[in-house]
Amino acid sequence: MAAEEPQVHLAIGSQFENIELVQIVVEESLRKLDLAEDVAHSISLAVQEAVANAIKHGNQQSPEKRVEIDFGVEDGEVVIEVTDQGAGFDPRQVRDPRMPDNLLRPNGRGIFFMSSFMDDIQFDFKPEGGTVVTLRKRLPSAPMASGPREED
Amino acid sequence: MKIDVRNTDGVTILEPKGKITIGVGDIALRDTVIEALEGGAKSILINLAEVTTIDSSGIGELVSAYTTVANRGGKLKLLHLPPKVQDILQITQLVTVFDVFDDEAEAVQSFS
Repeated sequence: MAAEEPQVHLAIGSQFENIELVQIVVEESLRKLDLAEDVAHSISLAVQEAVANAIKHGNQQSPEKRVEIDFGVEDGEVVIEVTDQGAGFDPRQVRDPRMPDNLLRPNGRGIFFMSSFMDDIQFDFKPEGGTVVTLRKRLPSAPMASGPREED
Repeated sequence: MKIDVRNTDGVTILEPKGKITIGVGDIALRDTVIEALEGGAKSILINLAEVTTIDSSGIGELVSAYTTVANRGGKLKLLHLPPKVQDILQITQLVTVFDVFDDEAEAVQSFS
């Protein structure tokens, strides 16, 4: 990833308690981008969801398997890659948690959270095993010097 | 995460403080709801005012608590949603499932 600052690489063991460490590092990196608080919170939450999925569904909480997180800024977007060492899955099989039959299910909302909070989400499955989730969020353009900003 | 429990006019009010996220507050919330049910509670109100972050796992626990309480003939409602939690209930369309209140007295009254 050819990124501008900030750029962070983090590798953690597959334990849920490590998600807090990821949260701290990601939120500190986001602070440097001077984003609105709610935007930064949404990105942080999307990353936590991706890491939680990587630990739980990807690495099956196997202590010897790692989750890697790459955080950077590329072409005006925050780009976060979360890589696990799991067997992968078929994204087409993921149910829409808003459908009436799924509304009262206790799980199955992680990918929906990521999609809702980010502008783009992509899954890549490596031939040697492992899933890479790439999360992208456009940075707001610099505010204009004067006059109201046109909404599109 | 810490969960305070108190009783007002027959309604058990749970007040989680901090994060309800995977591996942090999700199990604590589940255990507290089960404990309340086993103690005979039928009317449970969860005050979310001091919840700072909730993830999909935390939302799952709220849904699970709702169905568990309903299956045992009780009712579970929510009080004081912080904006971030409100947004998540909106996008997940769970606002259509939960009864949500901004006023505790009104929420307590609604169980009777």
